[in-house]
Amino acid sequence: MLKESLIKTNGLTKSFLASKRGILESLSRKPAAYVRAVDHVELEIAKNEVLALVGESGSGKTTLGLLLCTLETPTEGEIFFNAEKLEKSNAKKIRQKIQMVFQNPSESLNPRMNVRSIVMEGLQKFGLDKAQKQRQFEDSLKAVGLDPAEFATRRPRDLSGGQKQRVAIARAIASNPEFIVLDEPTSALDASIQAQVLNLLVGLHDKYGFTYLLITHNIAVAQFISDRVAVMYAGRLVELGYTDDIMTSPKHPYTQALLKSVPTLVTKDLQPPTGETPSLLNPPSGCRYHPRCPYVMEVCRTTDPELSPVENREVACWLYPTKSKD
Amino acid sequence: MLLDVQGLSVSYRTERGIVRALNSVNFSVEEKESIALVGESGSGKSTLGISIVRLLPANGSYTGGDILLNGKSVLGMNDREVRAIRGRIVFMVFQDPLNSLNPVKKVGDQILEALRLKGMRQDQDRETDQREVVEAFKDVRIPDPNAILQRYPHELSGGQIQRVIIAMGLLMKPKLLIADEPTSAVDVTLQAQILKLLNDLKEEYGLSVIFITHDISVAYNVSDKIAVMYAGNVVELGPTESVIKSSLHPYTKGLISCIPAGRKSQGLLNTVPGTPPSLMHPPSGCRYHPRCPYVMEICKSQDPELLPVENSKVACWLYSTQAKSQQGM
Repeated sequence: MLKESLIKTNGLTKSFLASKRGILESLSRKPAAYVRAVDHVELEIAKNEVLALVGESGSGKTTLGLLLCTLETPTEGEIFFNAEKLEKSNAKKIRQKIQMVFQNPSESLNPRMNVRSIVMEGLQKFGLDKAQKQRQFEDSLKAVGLDPAEFATRRPRDLSGGQKQRVAIARAIASNPEFIVLDEPTSALDASIQAQVLNLLVGLHDKYGFTYLLITHNIAVAQFISDRVAVMYAGRLVELGYTDDIMTSPKHPYTQALLKSVPTLVTKDLQPPTGETPSLLNPPSGCRYHPRCPYVMEVCRTTDPELSPVENREVACWLYPTKSKD
Repeated sequence: MLLDVQGLSVSYRTERGIVRALNSVNFSVEEKESIALVGESGSGKSTLGISIVRLLPANGSYTGGDILLNGKSVLGMNDREVRAIRGRIVFMVFQDPLNSLNPVKKVGDQILEALRLKGMRQDQDRETDQREVVEAFKDVRIPDPNAILQRYPHELSGGQIQRVIIAMGLLMKPKLLIADEPTSAVDVTLQAQILKLLNDLKEEYGLSVIFITHDISVAYNVSDKIAVMYAGNVVELGPTESVIKSSLHPYTKGLISCIPAGRKSQGLLNTVPGTPPSLMHPPSGCRYHPRCPYVMEICKSQDPELLPVENSKVACWLYSTQAKSQQGM
């Protein structure tokens, strides 16, 4: 289905210890409580594609992003980068091809460093000489629409929110990465600035052929920028397909409810799902959406559905019987 | 008219200088009307919200104009009178709901305490009071209301807390609910639930609502009227449909056009060039003129007034002749 894949995951899982265990708890043999933030995710990202990962807070989308840029180690499962399995021995090499842009540029930029140091700091491991580093700095600053001479010695506090995020993007592209994880890159920005940054991201993608994983809760942003969309709910991938298909005819009941919750300037017809997102400490049995699902069946309460092909996409829902697995 | 804000100006003293957060703002709210204040950060929308109940921080001061609530000047009230309107007549819901609750008191206890302090529950016994709180919890669709009463704020989810605050608001039976970004910290499905709830409650309780938001799509979904704010001014004010579907002010048009509504293959987003101005040194004339695509000579020197055009009001020199003829001048 996909062209050459850049990233592929296999049963990718990340658990966190829910609370610290003291000596007494360890001795008492009380089982440790784990939160499974990412639960057996199978995901493939093609070269040069923009994949939007949408979901609500606590759905595990940021953890999945951190796993894919090697900032977290999986509890279970594998990640392949260019068909090469990510292991301790090659992590450093693979990491050089990956960059990340965080949500709040006021927090992700060191307030004591100037723009030049911020952008050049990441280039240290690449064995470049001073002139090369300076050129990379100038090129990437120009690429994000900032004048290198004017901005080199400025500090984050002298920059507006939009300029800060441009610097964060310049830092990410300075080392010519293949893969960039963008975690809510425009959520902290005002609407007029968000549009500028989104246009910039589209321009950089077209010019340099980066592969993006865009993590967002903003459906309109996902629709605008992505080729495919992956929908996460409570640590599981519930729907994955081409953006147009998902936006026009969502199949998973959660995706349907999510899209009907987005306020737009077109209609005033909000139809949110009832209930709230479940706690990952004690997730519902079976399909994790079943307590909120209007179409819940017996099987949903006991057995967790797997992602299976349905009409040109993949859906994890018992409403759509699969032909391949009987 | 429930609320009439007349030429209100507010400044903050800061280390770097005076910030003119509101610049002679005019707007009004009728009974049972919901109005959305929309603007970007620094537009003055939150300042306007807290000004109405005199909650400006210590470095803020009123530098002009007046606020009339039921015809009475809020700025002329003494502290006791102001405390009497807070909660009872004007109830505020803030962005981060957890900050509005006392972390070391059970939810039920602090709601009852608030009601007693506001002089709303003197003769009733505790059980009757609790029953009323439970009823209000049901009104805001809190599942299992009796259990929630016995919990501490940290045991509740963000959505539950926001509902508890709104329930507290309903019990105070205010005339006006001011909600300052009540859904910015919550997820989109929860946001939709709360927006629906506020719309329903407005009908049920006959509330007037001021909804402060940076998200114009949210504003469209909750309001009868929209006031668009820019750099301390109301630049456009009118019925929601008119402001969104046939906007007049170039800033409103820009704000709407830069909201993603399609695919990148259909073209890049429109942008508003530049950034919002510093309120310490705002531009001369119309504060939007450095970013405006239709800027004229007069915009650089003279600040336009908010004047009626068609069935809205707009502060823009592009419409000055139209406004004058509409006023019969």
